[in-house]
Amino acid sequence: MRSDWLLVIGLEVHCELKTTTKLFCGCPNMFGDEPNTNVCPNCLGLPGSLPVLNQRAVELAMAIGTALHCDIRASTFHRKNYFYPDQAKDYQISQYDEPLNVDGYLDLPDGFRVGIERAHMEEDTGKTTHAGASGRIHGADYSLVDYNRSGVPLVEIVSEPDMRTPDQARAYVTELRAILVASGASDGKMEEGSMRVDANVSVRRSVDDPFGTRCEIKNLNSVRSLGRAIEYEAERQIALIESGERVVQQTRHWDESAGRTQALRSKEDAYDYRYFLEPDLVPLVPDAEWIRAVADTLGMMPAERRSRLVSLLDDAGGATEAQLLQVATVVDLGLDDLVVEAVAAGVGTGLALARTANEAATDAEAARHLDPKSYVALLTLEMQGSLSATQAKAVLAELFARGGGDPATIARDKGFEAMSEDSLAETVADAIAAHPDEWSRFCGGDDKLAGFFTGLVMKATRGQANGKAVAAELRRLRG
Amino acid sequence: MPEPAHLTREDVAHVAALARLHLTEEELDLFTGQLAQVLDHAADVASLDLAGVVPTAHAMAVTNVLRPDEPIVCLDRDEVLAQAPSVEDHRFRVPRILGEAP
Repeated sequence: MRSDWLLVIGLEVHCELKTTTKLFCGCPNMFGDEPNTNVCPNCLGLPGSLPVLNQRAVELAMAIGTALHCDIRASTFHRKNYFYPDQAKDYQISQYDEPLNVDGYLDLPDGFRVGIERAHMEEDTGKTTHAGASGRIHGADYSLVDYNRSGVPLVEIVSEPDMRTPDQARAYVTELRAILVASGASDGKMEEGSMRVDANVSVRRSVDDPFGTRCEIKNLNSVRSLGRAIEYEAERQIALIESGERVVQQTRHWDESAGRTQALRSKEDAYDYRYFLEPDLVPLVPDAEWIRAVADTLGMMPAERRSRLVSLLDDAGGATEAQLLQVATVVDLGLDDLVVEAVAAGVGTGLALARTANEAATDAEAARHLDPKSYVALLTLEMQGSLSATQAKAVLAELFARGGGDPATIARDKGFEAMSEDSLAETVADAIAAHPDEWSRFCGGDDKLAGFFTGLVMKATRGQANGKAVAAELRRLRG
Repeated sequence: MPEPAHLTREDVAHVAALARLHLTEEELDLFTGQLAQVLDHAADVASLDLAGVVPTAHAMAVTNVLRPDEPIVCLDRDEVLAQAPSVEDHRFRVPRILGEAP
């Protein structure tokens, strides 16, 4: 963006809660089921049905509030009325002027603090599919509705307009996602819509100016879309102002394939939702004891998990830039416990972190389900030199494929017997004898040739030799 | 203080049409009278001076009514969809929507 303009960004994140059932009825909260199979009189809006609040959903919402350092308060539910068939009853139950969680904050990994205005509970809507050429509402002849998602519990997390760059917005969503996953509240799957982001964007020329007129961007389905949409929207607003026009407060739709935002509706068309207190629900008033009980169930948050790994690296002599990236990857994927367990069992921190960030991360789902003991046993074999790096990676892939097992057995099945010291020395000696010129250059100080000899030995042993053991033998012979 | 409501028979017929309710002439008379009584009662309440009264969230002084997160048996889909005026692909088929989702 042009340097003479400043951005102001606030984000609204909708997060589906990982409950067994919906917010106000006992229908399963399940993504991807056959349409209209998870429905009952309540979530179909049939007359006479009454909502009853799901305790687990409340506790997950409180967990989010706790993780975001919010003030958790007495709250009420309202009806938000609107005419749109994604709610069969023509209103959505949402917390309005008395939300459960207020006044929190989220610290980005670089220390920048983003204020959290509120994190309130509401129910999700059904899913509409628009029939017609465009697949969007405009031009559709009719629409089809699946109410499986109708009534699924949501928490909407509204940030203060504290972010100033697309990078901060991306970092915020990434960190928030990690917090939601770590708190057990959400699976954080943006691709399945269990986490959805809207961005409020405005521009101004100076930090002393008041905020400009903002636009709200919807349909941001990935962290990448978020950054692109904010950049596009900022440029659009700047161009408007510089050409003497003004920004109109409106809601805009991000078109990922076209790479631009399009107006949906302006403030003048804003809905009058006719909010009123939901007469079928009583206030939700968490007392201090309940709030503390929920806080006690909260696991370690991502920031704490990162610093736990960094302190392990510090104990082992300090962290490199690359290792700090590995730490972020491992924590983001929820694999940091594997590293901690391996280090506790005596595996080197660098090796445990690298294997987890590079290899285990390629199938994080499988890694999360792996028995940590198997993983630690494998890394121990590699560290002791019983398996080469290549062999260890192959055994890990097999562990994932089998869903577990004994690494030593798998290594034997694959023929990965560690070479005896004698046969290794013999193979190295053969390689040296076959290449006397290279050997004398190596002895003369050309260290690059260590790789040449290691390659020969690997080839002769079909990869079964341990690279470190070969290097050690070469150094021993050079004297 | 707001004017007392003057509910007409035409108002009730209009609201009924919006709600897709088909009322007979006798029902229109009946409900016009009943709804007018309800609105009159609301007007009585609106005439009270409530300046110093804390808003009430619910008529009963009850809080934290919760249910365990346990699944129920859902309705049979064929039965559910049989209630709808139009169905396609196991989904409710609804007329063209004017405007985007709120």
